[in-house]
Amino acid sequence: MKLIIAYIQPHKLQDVKKALYEAEVCKMSVTNALGCGEQHGYEESYRGIKFEVNLLKKVRIEIAVNEDFVEKTIDAICAGAKTGNIGDGKILVIDMPECVRIRTGQRGKEAIG
Amino acid sequence: MITRKRKIILAAAAVFLIGSGRLLLAAETDTPELSPIEVAAKGLQDNINIVWTCIAAFLVFFMQPGFAMVECGFTRAKNAVNILMKNLMDFSIGSIAFFLVGFGLMFGASNGLFGTTLFGLKGIEPGAHWNWTFLIFQTVFAATAATIVSGAMAERTKFVGYLIYSFFISLFIYPVFGSWAWGGLLDGGGWLEKLGFLDFAGSTVVHSVGGWLALAGAIVLGPRLGKYGPDKKPRAIPGHNIPLAALGVFILWFGWFGFNPGSTTTGNGSIGYIAVTTNLAAATGAIFAMFAAWIIMKKPDASMALNGALAGLVAITCPCDGVSPIAALIIGGVAGILVVLSVLFIDHVLKVDDPVGAVSVHGVNGLWGTLSAGLFNMETGLFYGGGLKQLGVQALGAAAAFAWAFGLGLLLFTIIDKTIGLRVSTEEEFKGLDVGEHGMEAYSGFQVFSTT
Repeated sequence: MKLIIAYIQPHKLQDVKKALYEAEVCKMSVTNALGCGEQHGYEESYRGIKFEVNLLKKVRIEIAVNEDFVEKTIDAICAGAKTGNIGDGKILVIDMPECVRIRTGQRGKEAIG
Repeated sequence: MITRKRKIILAAAAVFLIGSGRLLLAAETDTPELSPIEVAAKGLQDNINIVWTCIAAFLVFFMQPGFAMVECGFTRAKNAVNILMKNLMDFSIGSIAFFLVGFGLMFGASNGLFGTTLFGLKGIEPGAHWNWTFLIFQTVFAATAATIVSGAMAERTKFVGYLIYSFFISLFIYPVFGSWAWGGLLDGGGWLEKLGFLDFAGSTVVHSVGGWLALAGAIVLGPRLGKYGPDKKPRAIPGHNIPLAALGVFILWFGWFGFNPGSTTTGNGSIGYIAVTTNLAAATGAIFAMFAAWIIMKKPDASMALNGALAGLVAITCPCDGVSPIAALIIGGVAGILVVLSVLFIDHVLKVDDPVGAVSVHGVNGLWGTLSAGLFNMETGLFYGGGLKQLGVQALGAAAAFAWAFGLGLLLFTIIDKTIGLRVSTEEEFKGLDVGEHGMEAYSGFQVFSTT
């Protein structure tokens, strides 16, 4: 079991969701996130004083998948989120030792299902 | 034919009015020289004056939410409840203080320095007497002066300290100066008006007095934490809701149609003319502030353009009845440029932290508006062959306002600071005054983001 965490541009969320549905990945958690990376920030000004905005608004998607879905999911996120510009985001894949479905008490592969 | 018809209607109205005993100032109108028609006309005019002055008073009252929204929008979410409470309470406390004491000091029979009668409108019968209308109109003006200060002192002032301040401005500071310039509008009479000082709707009496008190308050308080970096350079503390600030400015603009045209306290054609000069100055104020910001700061900053509209309104408040429409355009345009330069000067050079620009809008442009009457007044202004006399009197009045309001402001705020304390603790300022002073949040259930 893997946990796939993706940080993407907020405006690409619709495309990523569509690509995931097409790959039959229909379960995900989405949160708003702030972050900085290679994209750097931009400048705003307020009443004549400039200031650097270096934490940019991003969207974080978390998806827990079984092994056979890992590549499909990664491909779908890439297909949906990629524009070719700096700031498109990153996908992190980590091993997930356990998963529990609260309603039934199921564990492991079944719980992800 | 038409005039005969009108005469008949007026005569009928006269009979009705006399019959129903609604005529005001009966002692004056009952003189035998006046025909019934003239009596009726006067009675109608008196009632029109009352209705218009009351409508104007209600419009000026609506400037209170305008101020509240501007100040709330230009400050941070964690202090929104506090600024709303300050706006609510300075009006409430001010209304009572002005009724009991302030109105008498301002408009009672004067001892030369301030009025000494009419406290709580003593001796005035409850009912249709003009003084009640005049009281509500003047109350909302006093409250306007009081509420200007809250914005400049936003996000760091102890609530109790602010309540004490707001009591004294409406009780004493505003009315005494007001009696010098406006006492003669009722039973009083002051040295400034005797010199020929012009301040039709209060660029000095209301706005400069409020603005200079705001400056004193901001100086005694010191800047908000984080406003100036270790290098002493100002840092931006963006307001949390520009749409609210914009709504507030539109509301104020709307309320100003009561503030200036209402200061006629007379229902006649001058209302429309003053509304025109008022609107023109507000428009050029907004436009020229936008261009000044665009040129100086490379972007048409919304907060500056909004301040610019208010600056134009404040400036035209004094000369609105006696200047040409072209002069109104110029007065507003100068105000728009002036407000941007003043905000930058106060922020970068004086290093006084005024989160909403209250000192620049009301103090500085109140001063400019007052002087502009000495330049553009069509009867006595410098540009109309009136010489320097009017301009000199205007400068004297504006200087007196500065000395009185700024001086007493420094004294009052220092006393509050040394006794009960004027500023909240560092910890409370970081957390926000909403939780610290009022134990509640403005946006409970919302997540507040910071991207800097």
